[in-house]
Amino acid sequence: MKYICLVYVEEKILNALPKPERKLLSDESMAYCERLQKVGQLLAASPLHPIETATTVRNRDGKASTTDGPFAETKEQLGGFLMIDVRDLNDAIRIASNFPAARIGSIEVRPLKEMGCAD
Amino acid sequence: MSDTVEQTLAKVDETYRSESRHVLATLIRLLYDFDLAEEALHEAFAAAVEQWPRDGIPANPRTWLVSAGRFKAIDVIRRRARYDASLGELAKNMETTTSETIDEDHESVEDDRLRLIFTCCHPALSPETQVPMTLREVCNLTTEEIARAFLTRPATIAQRIVRAKAKIRDARIPYEVPPPSGLQARLDNVLRVVYLVFNEGYSASSGASLTRADLSGEAIRLGRLLLELLPEPEVLGLLALMLLQESRRAARTSPDGDLILLEQQDRSLWNHAQITEGITLVERALLSRRFGPYTIQAAIAAVHAEALDAGKTDWAQIVGLYDVLIRTDPSPIIELNRAVAVGMRDGPPAGLILIENILKRGDLDNYHLAHSARAELCRRVGKIEDARVSYKRALTLAQQEPERRFLERRLAELSDPMS
Repeated sequence: MKYICLVYVEEKILNALPKPERKLLSDESMAYCERLQKVGQLLAASPLHPIETATTVRNRDGKASTTDGPFAETKEQLGGFLMIDVRDLNDAIRIASNFPAARIGSIEVRPLKEMGCAD
Repeated sequence: MSDTVEQTLAKVDETYRSESRHVLATLIRLLYDFDLAEEALHEAFAAAVEQWPRDGIPANPRTWLVSAGRFKAIDVIRRRARYDASLGELAKNMETTTSETIDEDHESVEDDRLRLIFTCCHPALSPETQVPMTLREVCNLTTEEIARAFLTRPATIAQRIVRAKAKIRDARIPYEVPPPSGLQARLDNVLRVVYLVFNEGYSASSGASLTRADLSGEAIRLGRLLLELLPEPEVLGLLALMLLQESRRAARTSPDGDLILLEQQDRSLWNHAQITEGITLVERALLSRRFGPYTIQAAIAAVHAEALDAGKTDWAQIVGLYDVLIRTDPSPIIELNRAVAVGMRDGPPAGLILIENILKRGDLDNYHLAHSARAELCRRVGKIEDARVSYKRALTLAQQEPERRFLERRLAELSDPMS
């Protein structure tokens, strides 16, 4: 069963971290992902650039529109993701809860719809 | 209809009452689909009504029903497979799986009931969903009954249950008893759900008081089931706590539905069978030395239960137990209860100082019982004006009718000291 773990962190908090601490967080996250990959539970993962780099795109009646910024302004911002393949939600919750960013932010765990979006 | 047929049908009814939840729990494991399992359960009983009068009652009705339900489910899947080819393989797999997956040994079937409880109380479901899911799937209450007990519309409850089932299926919430490493946290959540059901039934409310008492009964039944399946100290503690609180039900309201405080209750109305059982359970839990907040609260209730009249209450022991409780589960409400107990042990002025300190911190400023406790102690030390102010404040915060009537009565007594 595939899940995406959306990692939400307040960018303010992240930016306020002292450099060595931020490096530690990053190293720890990379090591964590590496371990998941070795046991075949990780499909893809990446941190994201901050929301200032975000662009939101829509297409209404054949007309594409582009706006600067994220889809929704929230207190915590989407800062990265992990796509995992595990047995069930309990495994997914365990993996998310041990991901370093869970200590400072929140992780939304969503099952993937593998039969297509109309199913 | 001949007598034997009638007897057999009565046996089917009886089997439904005693076995349907067991059979459902096992079918959910085999089919991993709540709705399909429920459909299969009903078809299995329909088959029993038809076949048992003709062929006789099977030696093991539960196994018969699980097996019949499973075959009915395969039929359903095969019918659906006509429209959805991906299901064909599933139906074939299920047919070739021999009956060995239907464990006949008692332990594994009991595990299925525990799996069902842990799944209905999974923390990935919202708390307002865990309660109706448990009452529906584990206790077999109808959505109408649940809605009545929670004073809401059946459609609302039905919708929550539908959403919960969809989430269990789509997010793949596993049907399992958590492994030992995660058991305690998950069990805490199950106990919280059971206690929530109990309190819904226990908090005095006027109109629907009848159905609400049923809810407390359901919670106690759930507690007994859990104890049978998972005899952990806090399960003992929670069941003891519920029994000891329930034992006072007949004494805690007057015939007009007015609230009677513990101190003024007619203790001959207490249910002594429940008290004896509760005390035995608390003692077992305490002996384990792995007990938690439910056990300590039950121990406090047991001290009250042991006092033949209010004046004989061992307040020193109660204060001691509150000290332990504050260490394991600190909260301002427990501090307030401890303050009241200190007031009983050392006299009202000592309790009053503690309560005023808690109120000064602002933690319980919107909690009516904090103000009514202050009012009561003020009254006892003769600070009548302070008592009046606090009773009035409590009255603006209290929601339930019996509590409001109680506070109004107290206020009236203050103005008329002769009464």
